[in-house]
Amino acid sequence: MVITLMLNGEKRQLDCRPDTMLLEALRDAGCKSVKCGCDTTNCGLCTVWLDGHPVLSCSVPAMRAAGRSVTTLEGVQAEAEVFGRCLIAEGGEQCGFCSPGFIMNVLAMKQELKNPSEEEIARYLEGNLCRCTGYMSQMRAVRRYLEVEA
Amino acid sequence: MRYISKPVVKVDGLSLVLGRPLYTNDLAPDHCLVVKALRSPYPYARIRSIDTSRAEKLPGVACVLTYKDVPKVRFTNAGQTYPECSAYDRLILDEYVRYVGDEAALVAAVDEVTAVKALKLIKVDYEVLTPVLDYHTAADNPVIVHDYDDYFNHYPSFNADNKRNIVVDGIDEGGDVEKAFAESALIECGTYETQAQQQAMMEGFRSYTYLDQNDRLVVVTSTQVPFHTRRSLARALQIPQSRIRVVKPRIGGGFGAKQTIVSEYYPAIVTLKTGKPAKMIYDRHETFTSGNTRHQMYLNVRVGAEEDGTINVIEVDTLSNQGAYGEHGTTTIGLVGHKSIPLYNQAKAFRFRFRGVYTNMEPAAAFRGYGATQGIFALESTINSLAHRLGMDPVALREKNMLREGEIMKAYYNEPLNSSALDRCISRGREMIGWDEKYPCRKISETRVRSVGMAIAMQGSGIAGVDTAGAVIKLNDDGAYTLQIGATDMGTGCDTTMTQIAAETLQADMDRFIIAQVDTDVSPFDPGSYASSTAYVTGMAVYKAACDLKSKLIRAGAGMLHPERFTSPDTPFEEEDYLFDGNEVTEAETGLHVSVRDIAVHCAGTNDGDYLIGKGFNSSPISPPPLMAGFAEIEMDLETGRYDVVDFVGVVDCGTILNSNLVRVQTEGGIAQGIGLAMYEDVVYNSRGRMMTSSFMQYKIPNRCDIKKIRVAFESSYEPTGPYGAKSIGEIVVNTPAPAIADAIYNACGVRLTTLPMTPEKVLMGIMKNKENEN
Repeated sequence: MVITLMLNGEKRQLDCRPDTMLLEALRDAGCKSVKCGCDTTNCGLCTVWLDGHPVLSCSVPAMRAAGRSVTTLEGVQAEAEVFGRCLIAEGGEQCGFCSPGFIMNVLAMKQELKNPSEEEIARYLEGNLCRCTGYMSQMRAVRRYLEVEA
Repeated sequence: MRYISKPVVKVDGLSLVLGRPLYTNDLAPDHCLVVKALRSPYPYARIRSIDTSRAEKLPGVACVLTYKDVPKVRFTNAGQTYPECSAYDRLILDEYVRYVGDEAALVAAVDEVTAVKALKLIKVDYEVLTPVLDYHTAADNPVIVHDYDDYFNHYPSFNADNKRNIVVDGIDEGGDVEKAFAESALIECGTYETQAQQQAMMEGFRSYTYLDQNDRLVVVTSTQVPFHTRRSLARALQIPQSRIRVVKPRIGGGFGAKQTIVSEYYPAIVTLKTGKPAKMIYDRHETFTSGNTRHQMYLNVRVGAEEDGTINVIEVDTLSNQGAYGEHGTTTIGLVGHKSIPLYNQAKAFRFRFRGVYTNMEPAAAFRGYGATQGIFALESTINSLAHRLGMDPVALREKNMLREGEIMKAYYNEPLNSSALDRCISRGREMIGWDEKYPCRKISETRVRSVGMAIAMQGSGIAGVDTAGAVIKLNDDGAYTLQIGATDMGTGCDTTMTQIAAETLQADMDRFIIAQVDTDVSPFDPGSYASSTAYVTGMAVYKAACDLKSKLIRAGAGMLHPERFTSPDTPFEEEDYLFDGNEVTEAETGLHVSVRDIAVHCAGTNDGDYLIGKGFNSSPISPPPLMAGFAEIEMDLETGRYDVVDFVGVVDCGTILNSNLVRVQTEGGIAQGIGLAMYEDVVYNSRGRMMTSSFMQYKIPNRCDIKKIRVAFESSYEPTGPYGAKSIGEIVVNTPAPAIADAIYNACGVRLTTLPMTPEKVLMGIMKNKENEN
C-alpha cells in the first residue's frame, strides 16, 4: 500500500507493506543517512524526527508516518553542519556510522532543553550508542556547539 | 612540524557528519539479490539431507545453495598474511554445522521478504550430535569438532591436532624457571578467567558483489583486510585471484572483527552462480551470533619474588576457547604471554604455556588487544596481589621492576626496547588521579567508599618481519598529489594520518592530496589495518614514498632549469645543490627556481615529460611496544556491591603523536571498551549452546551515562624506526581498565575478583563471603 507523508519538506508517496518499519521505508526512499545498528531500539542510530520529535525509526511502523512530517539528516544539512563541525573538531565522529542518529538527537535536544546541565545532556543522549569514542569527545563537541549557538 | 602531532580534522569528517551515502549498504545497487543464510539451530549436527525444492520454486528466488554446491577445498577466513597462521578448516557451506548460527544453506532472492520466506521452506534433516560446550574438557574429548583428514595448518610448530580438538599447543620459556621459583622468597599465584567479548562495531558485517565488464568478481565490503579477502575468496571459490577485485568503502568500525572475512563468501558465490549482483547484510543478531568475538580464556599465573619486591620469575599458563573454527587461534594466544611478561623484564626467568581448543561455540578471532588484553588482566592482577602481600604500593612495585628503554625484551623475541616513556606515564597518571591522597581507599559515608587501582600495559606496532606496506604518491597534472595506500581506515582516521605524513614530508598543504580508497586493483599491497600496524608500518612506507617523490621532483625541476645538462636519465646530479620548499625547486647557487605546478604541467604535457611517482615499501624486523599506565577510581556501595568508575586516567607512550585529536579519541574509546570488558560485557550461552546475548538488549556496551569520566594524557618517547618517531595507539588502550578496576575493587572492599566481567553480584558475594570468614 502507498502512504503519503512530508519527507524533509517534500510531499512523497512511499510504497510499503503493513510490517514495513519507517527505517526501511526511509532508506528505500533514498535517505541513506538513516542507519540500522540493532533492530531492537537500543542503539539510536536510526533516530529521525516525526513531526519534529526524535523517534527510533526501527520501531515505528511506516504507516504511522502517513500524513505526518518526517525529517532525516538529509533534511537538516545546514544545522547538521554547524554541530558536525564541532564534532569533527573533537574527532568525535570516528567511524561515522552512529553520527547521523546522534546528530539528529543533539539538534532535537537543543530545541527542547534550555541550558542543559552535563547530566541532562548525557541523559537526553543516553540512547545514542557509540563504540568508537567512549563519548568524551562527543560530549566536548556538544558543549562546544551549545557555546557557539548560545 | 606543520602537520605532525597537530589536531588535524579527519579528511572525511564532514562527509560523515552530513550523512552522505558512503557505507557498503548505502552503495549496494537497489536491485541486487538479497542473500540470507539458513543458520544451524544446533551447536553440532550433520546434515543428513536437505530439501530445497520448495524454496527454489518460490517466485523471486534466484538460487538456493547447500554444501553440495560449493568447492570442497578448505580455507581459513582469518585475514592474515600468506602462509596464514590459522588452520584451513572451513568450507563456504559444510555438511557439518559446528555452532548455533553456522551456515547450513544460502538463499538469494529479489528482496529480503522473499529470501526470508524461502529460508522457511528449506527442509533440513539434521543428525544432532553431542557438542563440546566446555572448553576445559575439549582437549581429547571423544567428540571431535573437526573430524576429517584434510585439516591443514602451514606451521607444524603450532602443534595443531584436529582429532584432539587442539588448535595450538606450546610452551615458550627463558632462563631457569624452576631454580628461580625455588630461590624466590614468596610465590604469588592467581587463576583467572576472561570472557568472550563482542567487538560490537556499529556497522555489522556486510558485502555486495557483482561481475564487471571483464567478467571479474567485484566485492565491495566492510573489511579491514581487502587483500587477504581477495586471496581467501580465490581459494574458497576456486577461481584465480586475478579475477577478483575487492573495494573498501567507508567502514563503520571494526575493532578486529573485520580482520576476519565473514560476509564476503556468500554474495560472492551467489554472484558467480547467477551472474547477478548480490548483497549480504548481517543484522545485529547475525553479527553477534555468527561473526566472531574475543577469545574466552582461563589463565594461571605464578610470580616468584623477593621480600623487597624484586620479581624473579613469571609463569603464565593459558587455555583459550577458540570456538568452532580456528581463525586467529594460533596467534592470539601468543600475545597473552609475549605482550604481558616483558613488562617485568627484570625477571630472570619466564615460562609461557598455551593451548587453544575447539568447541561448538561461536568462533573467537581478532579483537583489539588480541590476547594481550587477557594476559595483562591476569598478570597485572597477580602483580597487584603481590604488592598487597608485600605491603608495597603497587606503583612502587612497578617502578622497581618494569621494563626500561634500552633493554632487550627476553619474552618478546629478544627485541630491543628502543623507546619508552613508561616511567613518565606512571608518574603523570599517579599525579592526575591523585594516587598518593586516594590510595587505597577513602570512606565517603557509612556504606560508600572511593578507591583507586592501577595497571600498566604494552602492545606491539605491527607484526615484526611479517607486516609489510606499500605506498604510492603520484604527481598529478595540476601539481596535486594522489596518495595510495592499502591500509584500511575503519574509522581510526588513517586516511588522515597517512596524508599528514605525506604532506609533512613533501611540505605541501594537505588539501593538495587526494587519498585514494582501497581497491585491490590499483592500491599497493598492504595486509590491512590490524595488529596496531598502520601508523608504524604503513606510515613509514608513506614517508619513504614521499621522500622518493621529493627526490624525483627535485631532479625534474633541475632538468627544467638546465635542459642542456640533463640530456639523459643517467645524467649525474647532486640533489643537495637544490632546495625544495614544497612549492618550488630552487638551485641553491643561482636562485633559479621552478614551481611544483610547472613541473607537473611540464611532466604531463611535453614530450620530455615523465610520470612522477614516489613509491615506498616498508617492513620492520621489530614491533616496538607502545606503553601505558591506567588508573581507575571507583565509588562503591558496600551494601549492594554496585560500583561506578568515576574517573579513569590513561597515560600513553605511543612515540611521537601523529594526530593529537585522533590519538586522544582512540585512547578514550579503547578505555571505554576496556571498562565494558571489566564491568558487564559478557557473551552468555545456555546449556544447549545457544547464545543468550544476541542483541544490544542483552549484551550491554557502555552508554553515555555509564562512562563518567575518562581523562587521557600522553608522554612521548621517540621511536627511531617509526615515521617521525611514532609507534602504535590502536590496541594498547583497551588493556588497563580490567586489572586497574579489579584492584580498585579489592581496595574498596577486600574482594579480589578474578573472573570477568566484575559484576556487582560478584562483588557482593565476595563481601558476604569475607564476612562469613570473619565470623
